[in-house]
Amino acid sequence: MTAARDQILARIRAANAARAAGDTPRAGDTPRAGDTARATGDADSAYAALPRDYRRAHHDPASTDIVELFAGRAADYRAVVERVPSGAVAAAVARILQARAPDTDGVPRFVVPGGLPPEWLAEVPDGVELAGDDPPLSSAELDRVAGVVTGCAVAIAETGTIILDHGPAQGRRALTLVPDFHLVVVRAGQVAADLADAFARLDPARPHTLISGPSATSDIELIRVEGVHGPRNLHILLADTGASS
Amino acid sequence: MRIGLFITCLTDSLFPDTGKAVVTVLERLGHQVDFPAGQSCCGQMHFNTGYRREAVPMARGFAGAFADYEAIVSPSASCAAMVREYHQVLAAGDPGLEREVAAIAPRVHDLSVFLTGVLKITDVGAYFPHRVTYHPTCHSLRMLRVGDAPLRLLRAVRGLDLAALPGAETCCGFGGTFSVKNSDVSAAMCADKVAAIRQTGAEVVCAADNSCLMHIGGALTRQRTGVAAMHLAEILARTEDGS
Amino acid sequence: MTAAGARRGRPAAGGQGPHGSMPTYLGMPAFPEAARAALADSQLRRNLAHATHTIREKRARAVAELDDWERLRQAAKAIKDHTLAHLGTYLLRLEENVTRAGGHVHWARDAAEANAVVARLARGAGADTVVKVKSMATQETGLNEALAAAGVTAIETDLAELIVQLGHDLPSHILVPAIHRNRAEIREIFRREMPDAPAGLTDDPPRLTAAARTHLRQAFLSAKAGISGANFAIADTGSLVVVESEGNGRMCVTLPETLISVVGVEKVLPSWRDLEVFLALLPRSSTAERMNPYTSVWTGVTPGDGPREFHLVLVDNGRTDTLADPVGRQALRCIRCSACLNVCPVYERAGGHAYGSPYPGPIGAILSPQLRGIADPVDASLPFASSLCGACYEVCPVAINIPEVLVHLRARVADGKRKKIISSERAVFQASGWVLRSPWRLRAAQRAGAAGRRLAGRSGRIRRLPPPLSGWTDTRDAPAPPPESFRAWWARTRGGASRGRGNGQDGGS
Repeated sequence: MTAARDQILARIRAANAARAAGDTPRAGDTPRAGDTARATGDADSAYAALPRDYRRAHHDPASTDIVELFAGRAADYRAVVERVPSGAVAAAVARILQARAPDTDGVPRFVVPGGLPPEWLAEVPDGVELAGDDPPLSSAELDRVAGVVTGCAVAIAETGTIILDHGPAQGRRALTLVPDFHLVVVRAGQVAADLADAFARLDPARPHTLISGPSATSDIELIRVEGVHGPRNLHILLADTGASS
Repeated sequence: MRIGLFITCLTDSLFPDTGKAVVTVLERLGHQVDFPAGQSCCGQMHFNTGYRREAVPMARGFAGAFADYEAIVSPSASCAAMVREYHQVLAAGDPGLEREVAAIAPRVHDLSVFLTGVLKITDVGAYFPHRVTYHPTCHSLRMLRVGDAPLRLLRAVRGLDLAALPGAETCCGFGGTFSVKNSDVSAAMCADKVAAIRQTGAEVVCAADNSCLMHIGGALTRQRTGVAAMHLAEILARTEDGS
Repeated sequence: MTAAGARRGRPAAGGQGPHGSMPTYLGMPAFPEAARAALADSQLRRNLAHATHTIREKRARAVAELDDWERLRQAAKAIKDHTLAHLGTYLLRLEENVTRAGGHVHWARDAAEANAVVARLARGAGADTVVKVKSMATQETGLNEALAAAGVTAIETDLAELIVQLGHDLPSHILVPAIHRNRAEIREIFRREMPDAPAGLTDDPPRLTAAARTHLRQAFLSAKAGISGANFAIADTGSLVVVESEGNGRMCVTLPETLISVVGVEKVLPSWRDLEVFLALLPRSSTAERMNPYTSVWTGVTPGDGPREFHLVLVDNGRTDTLADPVGRQALRCIRCSACLNVCPVYERAGGHAYGSPYPGPIGAILSPQLRGIADPVDASLPFASSLCGACYEVCPVAINIPEVLVHLRARVADGKRKKIISSERAVFQASGWVLRSPWRLRAAQRAGAAGRRLAGRSGRIRRLPPPLSGWTDTRDAPAPPPESFRAWWARTRGGASRGRGNGQDGGS
């Protein structure tokens, strides 16, 4: 194994050394900024000098309602999107969970991860059962629940994407994967305008799931079909101002 | 301005009327055109087929023949692109030739860009009372980036009825030696191009490259479509008095 | 015969890519013959034309939405070129950070070595069955066959890969491996090969998709090991990124206790921040979406969440040879989006199988001959499987100049022919080069051609030429040489070889 590692690294060094020696300009070549003194030492300074003149955001948060943009873009994927005042989250959650009841046999059971703000669940009626994940539910148990209710870490307006970092209120990754229905509450303040802002808000050490609509495939004749292995139903509750927790 | 006509070996050998048309148009606009007899071939076919070594003397020959001209005008966007983009690759390792190529390449123009971009003319005084569709050849579109220059020239031709070509930007399947080495795929691509041309109801399909026109035209006559393949220059050369 | 049986391994040493190996499809002829067979299949042509045209227009719309697309593209190109120029540095950094986060890193020089590592790890995890998310790297190494030989069954979970696997078929597209199949054919495959397919299954795509969901559910919930590739590996954090749509990827990287990711060395990116560029480019280029439904990002192992064991297998398999080629190395920028396939007029007609490797289309035509070398007639034919129309370069999100690399590889093939004692093509090109570089010899040839006008008869067109030009005249007339070349006309009417200074009204300006 060390032999393989050493040999691959040696081949890379040889290939790049030969290139540095015999550099000739070619058609359409762009100047390689700060990349002339290569080898190993100066990778970081050369990296810092790379051109990045693309837009940090494609919609200016100062002049665009990016929360509305997020709502529209998420809906384009055929996610169900509702925008409610933060004070009305509990009522909306109760209504949405109850509406799932006819699709379930017996009492509908929903998983709620640790750290979910209790006030979001304050109005859930008796006919709906809530289950925690401590101790962890088995995959088979998750496969039998009616759905899952979570918050999120960040959302991206430009692409209509929700990002989970699987911290508090979001649960481990399997919780939002195995059940067929996912209700996610997004606070307006969590909506980033675009990818650059969103990634800057995340902690790379954590696991992340980027979700843009329900699961889908284009594998049959390149026609998009929603609903494959991940949740086939994604319901986004966009809680407007004055975060409730 | 000293204009040197870069005729290209294909147009020289098989389509001399196109060359005459370029001369007619430029002279009608008051320019003197010169034909440097030392020119032969730009080397594109050899270069694109992998015979780079054989193409080097051609790049050298081109540089020798055209060194003195302020503008070098060609009826082939593809060959013009070869000189502009790839003669520097052929010259690599020969500093003298590299310098010559660097000096000449930017002065090489396809006819449509020369007329609209350098001379700033779109109406060349042409008359052509026929329904025409325009096929943007791949190298004119993607290498030379002539944009809508040919279309602006065609729109200014009196009597000309310009028909939009469906799927215009799809390759006709010529591709130089591709048309021989992969003749089945090439023929299938050409068949689709011909079908699109027929859909327009045009009497004439025109383009900025005789190579692609030779390909499309060969299928048009084989299928007895009655549609003619004509170089853009030949349309621009026509006037009311039939010259 | 299964897909496994339909391929043959090739010795690792071959041609000019001595370090790469990839299965060539068994008995696959060189591109022109394979393409001819595909062209004769009218159903295949309809399926491909329909699918590629659908995605082509959608991609154009998705890309047009970002007015800084070209700047994003140039940034991506610069990041990739920079990474390749410092590849050793970034791979070591990746290794360090993956290890620090609790993962294990393995290095594999070629396909056989990569497959052996994976087989050993899968068996060590106690898995007789593994669930797999679509990965080009494991297609390239022929992992499924190697696992089968080691007694491990690999279940492909991507819908299109499942269709290919159940149909004992070969993939023909990077993104949609079953693009050559239409819905009716897929229904037949499911009814024949899927024991739990619902009775009365129709060819409605949502019904077919639901059948696949049910079929794979238990495999996901019970698999001990999952196998993935990765779209990106982030050096400065040790994070792996898998971009997908169906959720099968999430299942494979989340539910099993052991996760093994097989990743080409060129997939590394320097920094977390680079995702803001590549996740803007990839989905729009690939599925024409603003963002794909699911992207999974993980860094080593996270206690209580996901696999308890994570192995990263870094694969060379011809990549360092490609890196050593100053022109060809740009192919290593590829992010496997398949936009070049979808716009390619040759791919649309020849189909993916004609390219004889898991990498079809324009990118395959420059990647396979570099990873495998050009000793095999299939690989030597690939650089010529293009009309050089340039549509691929135009859509490539990392600006790989595919036509440039094709022409460069053609020179390699032609140089190989120079070494042979007899090559009729070389003789033709050397002789024509001798004629064409001299205006005098060209003129003599034109005179000789004009004398041969009688070939054309009265029509002025030539209807039949001898081989190899007969390929042209089978469907197209060739023009007859005119009685007088332009050169001769000029000499006759304008007084010979003028090189004099122009004296027009604006002359001498």
